[in-house]
Amino acid sequence: MADMISESAARLFAGTARRAATEAWSPDLWQEIEEAGYPLSLLSEEKGGFGLEGEEAFAALRIAARHAAPVPLAETMVANWLLAEAGLPLAEGPAAVDDGTGRIPWGRHLAVLVRVSAGAEPRLQRLALADASWREGRNLVGEPRDELLSAPGVAVEARLGVAAEVPQALAALARAQQLAGAMESVLDMTVRYATERVQFGRPIAKFQAIQQYLAVMAEETAAASAAAAMGALALSLARTAPARFRLLAGAAKLRAGEAVGKVADLAHQIHGAIGFSQEYPLHELTRRLWSWRDEDGREDDWAEILGQAVLAGRARGLWPQITHLQSDRF
Amino acid sequence: MSSLDFPLPAPLEGHAALRAQVRDFLKETLPPGYSAAERARSWMGFDPEFSRALGARGYIGMTLPVEYGGHGRSAIERHVVVEELLAAGAPVAAHWIADRQSSQMILRCGTEAQRREILPRIAAGECYFCIGMSEPDSGSDLASVRSRAERVPGGWRLTGTKLWTTFAHKSHYMICFCRTGPAEERHAGNSQFIVDLSLPGISIRPVLDIAGEHHFNEVSFDDVLLPEDALLGREGEGWTQVMSELAFERSGPERFLSSFALLEETSRLAGADDAGAARALGRLTAHLLVLRHMSQSVAGRLQQGEKPDLHAAIVKDLGATFEQEIPERARQLIAPAQGDADYAAAFARTRLAAPCFSLRGGTREVLRGIIARHLGVR
Ligand SMILES: Cc1cc2nc3c(=O)[nH]c(=O)nc-3n(C[C@H](O)[C@H](O)[C@H](O)COP(=O)(O)OP(=O)(O)OC[C@H]3O[C@@H](n4cnc5c(N)ncnc54)[C@H](O)[C@@H]3O)c2cc1C
Repeated sequence: MADMISESAARLFAGTARRAATEAWSPDLWQEIEEAGYPLSLLSEEKGGFGLEGEEAFAALRIAARHAAPVPLAETMVANWLLAEAGLPLAEGPAAVDDGTGRIPWGRHLAVLVRVSAGAEPRLQRLALADASWREGRNLVGEPRDELLSAPGVAVEARLGVAAEVPQALAALARAQQLAGAMESVLDMTVRYATERVQFGRPIAKFQAIQQYLAVMAEETAAASAAAAMGALALSLARTAPARFRLLAGAAKLRAGEAVGKVADLAHQIHGAIGFSQEYPLHELTRRLWSWRDEDGREDDWAEILGQAVLAGRARGLWPQITHLQSDRF
Repeated sequence: MSSLDFPLPAPLEGHAALRAQVRDFLKETLPPGYSAAERARSWMGFDPEFSRALGARGYIGMTLPVEYGGHGRSAIERHVVVEELLAAGAPVAAHWIADRQSSQMILRCGTEAQRREILPRIAAGECYFCIGMSEPDSGSDLASVRSRAERVPGGWRLTGTKLWTTFAHKSHYMICFCRTGPAEERHAGNSQFIVDLSLPGISIRPVLDIAGEHHFNEVSFDDVLLPEDALLGREGEGWTQVMSELAFERSGPERFLSSFALLEETSRLAGADDAGAARALGRLTAHLLVLRHMSQSVAGRLQQGEKPDLHAAIVKDLGATFEQEIPERARQLIAPAQGDADYAAAFARTRLAAPCFSLRGGTREVLRGIIARHLGVR
């Protein structure tokens, strides 16, 4: 099942980067994504998904990010998981969670908006967006980040089926997968470019300075991928141990976000001027990286949450806290 | 291009109990009030009594077969134990090299007699090894070593000088990498020997580090007569063997836990309401979690019988960067003069040790060269 998803996702998303450059929103592509069932990837079989776990549950998302696919897949996956946990109908069409920043991802293209109310007994609201009006905005890569002005649609709500900290953490975890996927592509692209570009009579990859840069990119990309894998493995804790889930998801977002700083900078350095041009596709990935790392919690935001947890638990000792957080396997 | 994935091996049954056992053992065995200054030595604290107690408890030579005095346990179980020892800053240096790499080399390349003679003593925590690779003129360029063993009737005659040999002065044996063939054969002309350091003709001179500590040494071989059976593995196979030895040397959690005691001290003293401290500690915690994940993945690859030299190089370089960052972050949060005595001692020790984290076991540049080769650009 997991291999099938990876293969079919690779086929579906191949070539979408080129599409990304020319059109911001493609209903056809979204149609194909829905037919493949990817927006339900995080759901258990009882809830209408495929019962995938860990990294496999996020495989399609990671592949979409590798190809810089211009679609709200992360947002819809997260929204559907929350809807399912609250026992509300799943979204028919693109959906996103309102994170309270006033910038709703893909707003103008959404069919459903999901809102979490604060309070002692948090609730989940599902808003069908028929004739909503938006003030349009965008992030660094041009993905819609819109402000909702009015939404005459129909709302239903239910008790939030999970702990209050889970929605934000799950959104961060999904972003971490995207960051890892996009960096994997940036590394591939940069290695390829360095072996093809010739200066001073040889490929620039033959210069030791470039080799060392590429090695740093590989290390940081590997750390981001491992962080994403670590967070994905924690998905099953979202219900049973939400505090641990939140910290592991946040750590994943933090580490992947930090890698962006080095990977994107070095990729541009190695590409020279061509990588700075609109016609060359590197920016489809790097602009997404710079956008996503600031969304759903920047590195510092998650660092503070993690650090406060560590300080609050320090009577136990730092090491026991670390091994407790990661106690599912070893 | 090689895969940069770090998948985790299957869950380890009974891991929580194993960790608890090691923690109990440490509580019983480490002296009361084992100080931050001691813990900050990390894996450089040398204590034969501790090593023997650890051996008696079955925590050395864990992956060696039972017939050689080992315990037939998995690389993952060993990883759990080693992590706990390192996090506690236990004085593991005496048996460390023997346990981590020498025993593995003897198991893989040694003769039956060498295995029977040496491995049980290593597992008992009684027999210590040092690494004879570097020389005055051969650091990163290991293949350029000049120490030489000549065949003589009944054995070999060893001449030359090894440098930076950690704890040679307290070890029983060195695995010595040296030339046995013509100098032109950079790789093929080398072999490895198990050198008994009590033999005549060996002199060991201390070299002090920047903190004035004595751990490494210069070891000179002046026509040292080695018996026939000192050869480890096959003559001329030294290069391949030493590369596999380095894979053991580079892959463990000691490559990101060297500064852990200082991280702990910093978190102990940080103000509970200090948001800046929380951010710095939270960030380092996230790095540590991810490094652990990566290191556990490498242990899984070792357990599968893979040779994860790319993955080990990645963990070691990221780990060294992390270890070197800790003293820099610590001093931003708590001025060394303002912390208490434990903090100050941990800071001083870690700050002065930190330069070597990206040198020992292969420099940062050499590791990045290995990674570049795996990327297909070298
Ligand atoms: C605390 C400590 C303990 C040690 N213990 C042992 C031990 O027990 N046994 C043992 O055998 N050795 C030991 N060593 C030695 C260690 O293995 C060497 O320091 C290491 O291999 C580097 O060699 P070098 O110090 O001679 O530096 P050099 O190789 O001279 O390197 C100097 C600088 O040049 C760079 N450089 C060298 N070659 C290249 C290249 N091709 N491309 C780019 N840059 C390059 C290096 O990265 C480094 O930055 C220890 C070292 C330390 C610091």
